[in-house]
Amino acid sequence: MSEHRDIDITVNGTHHRQSVPVRMTLADFLRGRLKLTGTHLGCEHGVCGACTVLVNGRSARSCLMLAVQANGREVTSVEGIAPTPDQLHPLQQAFIDNHGLQCGFCTPGLLTTLIEFLRDNPDPTEREVRVAISGNLCRCTGYEGIVAAALDAARRMRAGNGQTGGASA
Amino acid sequence: MKPPRFGYHDPETVGEVVQLLGTLENNKLLAGGQSLMAMLNMRYLLPDHLIDLNRVTALDYLRESGGTLQIGAMTRQSDMEFSALVRKNCPLMDEALPHIGHRQTRNRGTLGGSLCQLDPSAELVTVAAALDANVTICGPQGERNVAFVDFPLGYMTPAVEPDELLTGVQFPIWKAGHGYAFVEFARRHGDYAVVSAAALLEENAEGKVTRVALALGGATAVPLRMTAIEQALLGNTVSESLLRELCETCREIDAMADVHSPASYRRQLATSLSRRALLLAHERAVAARRTPPLARDGNQSGENRS
Repeated sequence: MSEHRDIDITVNGTHHRQSVPVRMTLADFLRGRLKLTGTHLGCEHGVCGACTVLVNGRSARSCLMLAVQANGREVTSVEGIAPTPDQLHPLQQAFIDNHGLQCGFCTPGLLTTLIEFLRDNPDPTEREVRVAISGNLCRCTGYEGIVAAALDAARRMRAGNGQTGGASA
Repeated sequence: MKPPRFGYHDPETVGEVVQLLGTLENNKLLAGGQSLMAMLNMRYLLPDHLIDLNRVTALDYLRESGGTLQIGAMTRQSDMEFSALVRKNCPLMDEALPHIGHRQTRNRGTLGGSLCQLDPSAELVTVAAALDANVTICGPQGERNVAFVDFPLGYMTPAVEPDELLTGVQFPIWKAGHGYAFVEFARRHGDYAVVSAAALLEENAEGKVTRVALALGGATAVPLRMTAIEQALLGNTVSESLLRELCETCREIDAMADVHSPASYRRQLATSLSRRALLLAHERAVAARRTPPLARDGNQSGENRS
């Protein structure tokens, strides 16, 4: 019987109290226990970035963190970034409008990574965006659409609107 | 679940950590987890006990005191990256930090974890070597201080006993306006550097070198201080031709080899990167002499964040 611990954790604004095996990663907790399968697991050793979530507002690889370490913390996964269930975050809309995803496997990690990045750098250069997403591997689109989406989202968020299709090229 | 079974302990004080280290067999300290968690997921390591340092808040600090920058072992790399104290007092470290992994890993990765993992290519290891950092280690007998030159015992082996932990690091602050440069070559941004070079340079009003440090990471199993180059520069005026000549001695380094880079390639990188780092440090020292301190602070932060 492996060791368990009770944890209190807030995920996307909802509080959870659960007993978890101490060796369970935060990623497995989100996916397996809370059924929040938007957090994707690619490599499970911190290279691909697909499992990136925000812990107390800071991006982290949820495969390199134990669920028990998130005790008392606030976690935001990709399911928690849209303002309402029927409205997309401007970053999500920009990904759609700029062909920022194809298969979508890397997208949750890119979105959470970019939420933090654009919060700290509202007006980034293309070079800065490329460095910011250097820890997220995408195997379909070749990053061009992703970078364009990030820059477009930055413009929309600076303009203070999340409206679709309104961004200038 | 990928990690193996282990007992989990999350003490809140250094004293409790030392006590656990002394009583738990086959234990492992968990700092930021950006290397250890990956190794657990792959089951390269099978510890019976994990001692998590993330609740030991006393190890998370960053302050300037007595001519040194003092940083706690559990201070996150991203907190160092965005610290005005680091930028002002230790621009070399400020320049090196963005090269460490990615934002997501720097948000978790710690100074102490990086130094104790002691990967020969780790940026903070090279920076600590260049700055002659002083490492504080705590064990059952209390605290002891180790000069960084004595810290690496060998490849990825720090001078920390099984019943001890690294608690903090003191980095000597160089004179305001000193030259500095951190350069590295990696196959992709965020990868471990194949070779990195950290240079520090103080020059007097006549442009003579009064103090200098050059450290190489990734070339050898432990960080390498190029003391012969440092000695040759002292009292001299830096020029590109002098650096070119002095850095040729890097071709004699007994460099490591791996599947990506043979020793000859590492020697070539060591030669080029040493020259580039020293030249950039020199150019910055010259620029600092020509610029009043107030304007210089503004310029530096702008340059580093661009």
